[in-house]
Amino acid sequence: MTVPLLDVRGLSIALPPGADRPLAVDNLTFTLNANEILCVVGESGSGKSMTAHAMMGLLPHPHVRVSAGSLLFKGRDVLTMPEAEQRSLRGGRIAMVFQEPMTALNPLMRVGRQIGESLRAHTPLPAPARHARVVELLDQVGLPNPAELADAYPFRLSGGQRQRVMIAMALACQPDILIADEPTTALDVTTQKQILDLIRAIQAERHMGMMFITHDFGVVAEIAHRVAVMRHGKLVEYGAAGDVLNRPQHPYTRQLIASVPHYIEHRDDHAKSGAPLLVAEKVRKTFHVGGGLFRKSKPVVAGDDLSLTIHPGETVGLVGESGSGKSTLGRSIVGLIKPDSGRILFEGTDLLSLDAKGFRPYRRRVQMVFQDPYASLNPRHRIGDIIAQGPVAFGEDRNKALKRARELLAMVGLDGSAADRFPHEFSGGQRQRVGIARALAMEPKLLVADEPVSALDVSVQGQVLELLDDIRKRLGLAMLFITHDLRVAAQVCDTIAVMRRGKIVEMGTSRQVFTHPRDAYTRTLLDAIPGKAWHIPDDLQKAPVVGAAS
Amino acid sequence: MINADFWKAFARNKGAVFGLVILAGILVLAAFASVLFPGDPWDMATAPFQPPLSDGSPLGSDMLGRDIAAGIAHGARVSLLIGLTSTAAALAIGVTLGALAGFHGGRVDDAIMRFTELFQTIPNFVLAVVLVAIFTPSLTTIVAAIAIVSWPPLARLARAEFMSLRTREFVQAAITTGQSNSAIILRQILPNSLSPIIVSASLMVATAILLESSLSFLGLGDPNAMSWGYMIGAARTVIRQAWWMSFFPGLAIVLTVLALNLVGEGLNDALNPKLARSRG
Repeated sequence: MTVPLLDVRGLSIALPPGADRPLAVDNLTFTLNANEILCVVGESGSGKSMTAHAMMGLLPHPHVRVSAGSLLFKGRDVLTMPEAEQRSLRGGRIAMVFQEPMTALNPLMRVGRQIGESLRAHTPLPAPARHARVVELLDQVGLPNPAELADAYPFRLSGGQRQRVMIAMALACQPDILIADEPTTALDVTTQKQILDLIRAIQAERHMGMMFITHDFGVVAEIAHRVAVMRHGKLVEYGAAGDVLNRPQHPYTRQLIASVPHYIEHRDDHAKSGAPLLVAEKVRKTFHVGGGLFRKSKPVVAGDDLSLTIHPGETVGLVGESGSGKSTLGRSIVGLIKPDSGRILFEGTDLLSLDAKGFRPYRRRVQMVFQDPYASLNPRHRIGDIIAQGPVAFGEDRNKALKRARELLAMVGLDGSAADRFPHEFSGGQRQRVGIARALAMEPKLLVADEPVSALDVSVQGQVLELLDDIRKRLGLAMLFITHDLRVAAQVCDTIAVMRRGKIVEMGTSRQVFTHPRDAYTRTLLDAIPGKAWHIPDDLQKAPVVGAAS
Repeated sequence: MINADFWKAFARNKGAVFGLVILAGILVLAAFASVLFPGDPWDMATAPFQPPLSDGSPLGSDMLGRDIAAGIAHGARVSLLIGLTSTAAALAIGVTLGALAGFHGGRVDDAIMRFTELFQTIPNFVLAVVLVAIFTPSLTTIVAAIAIVSWPPLARLARAEFMSLRTREFVQAAITTGQSNSAIILRQILPNSLSPIIVSASLMVATAILLESSLSFLGLGDPNAMSWGYMIGAARTVIRQAWWMSFFPGLAIVLTVLALNLVGEGLNDALNPKLARSRG
């Protein structure tokens, strides 16, 4: 048997004393062969990135260090090599693509020079040859006008283009191994598809071994040859992609796959009844970016002629990529943004025509659940106070409001005693439950949820979505659910509105939008969903979610 | 914010603990000045020009026979009083204006910040001298003058904190749950912006003490209050013959300012742990 390209044996990485667990990575063993894509899947804190960083010598020295095991590259242990040799390996034979293309590029250096740097470090090429090679690389990663682009600064490029530049940089010295750490997580779904296609094509063409770190089983289904599933630093399942995806053995893998959001075929269409709760008519909003006393500002159109209707008890999904204006509409409805023109009718009253005093009663009826559970709770207030503050501001007795807060905490699946604790004592999923309880404390009729699950791990995501769905049914709430993820929208929404560049391009029932999309852009979006060819195994389709609270 | 963790982090900085000890000593000296040195420090206590360690005057006496040690003890009162009250006044002006500018933004922000810049363009000390000279020197006018020249940096700091915090989701949540602007400013944003403000306020006490000493040195101190700056100023003509008259008050100023700076740095480490960690 040939020596594998990369052979990780019993790798353990120690965390500094006082961390939540002693080992970030615990006795990890796997191999990576040439010409294969190994997907390492796990939720945040599972140690998947730590493994990659250990390989690249990027562990935060001296707090975090490899405590046992070996990392064999073509039979030689990377960890015991002299520093100089390790350096020539990094960027030369092993290259890495990072998650955040915004921060991974030096903003003050032209992209051509940044790519050329690794060539200068690892090859004897003279400057003109280096430049020619850079242009060639930019061309290979599918960037238009590569010669011109080499002279551009990173801020001129879009997120997808920057990620292509990162890939070109990684490919510069024709590495044997490419490590990609969540390279598409920060990108929109259509861009993600393009980057995944590119990565797959380049890997096949160069017969590289590739370690692809991700949390998304859709992406795994799209590109993996083999899959390693990690949890709390341990490898829980390891095998060929087809086996792990379609016949998962370990309960954790089964739980993860069951929580992948998917379209539920048998969801009934919502029966619209009565007068609409909310009607948005021709809402427009233009933001003015930059500008000052002597400079002209740049207009950015966030909302252009947005019209939308929500009926009592209906969940409307607002789906679109970043910058499409979906949050602008949500924030206009709750009164955080004042649109330039248009009407937002809530039970027949135009909210935009009201002054601050007139709008106040409507604050109770329309509530918002925010995206980031870490930023949406005041770190210096107790959970009970956070929930009770709204009703108290509307004149409710404080003790009564606090009592109600405990009831609401129980309703969202948290213990009533949580009321006396501070936000930092809770996990992301629990905080999001608190955020929902805060919104419910106002007894709203309409809930605007702005990407409420996009900052959460997939298993927690499933639980929070279930909670939202349950509460909505129990209280008969209408909901505007804003998301970038069509799969999430499919799971919870009755009606879906697809947005693009400040316009709603398609609106219809979930069933309609998913099975018979009318607009070309909706089709592009549906087509870009990672792993759409993969069907979640039948026995996991409606598996009960493990663990009551996240 | 003041709990066991805070003290642990504070105690890790040895200099800060040292500063706190010195500061405690000066506070005790100021508090018990009338017990340790009864009587008026302006009164003649012994023969003039007594060197240190002579009879009845451990740190010597000045050209009118006043006890230097008594002057330092009573001067500590004035220095600390002026340092603390003028900083409190500067905090009240600076944080209020900064908070309003940062929270409201737009025109309010423009107006307040242009007003702040007006004060920043005038050299601190010159303005303080002019103000004290116009309003006749007394403890109140000195405190007011020092507060008026030292609030602008606090306003800028508070404004920056408020601007970044006001876009945070928990503030937006407070808006959507119908809380009033004053409740949002006082209950949501202010407690979260206090750490850097406390740190710079502690350093500002040191600056205020220096300013007061400089004013007294120029003869613009309160004529009824014994002050370190006045002692140095009065003794400067005889510095060749009687070094102790200016040396000991000078030492008192150096130690107090040093102690305050050390404590300020310790507070910074304890309240902004992320910044402190980079020092290893």
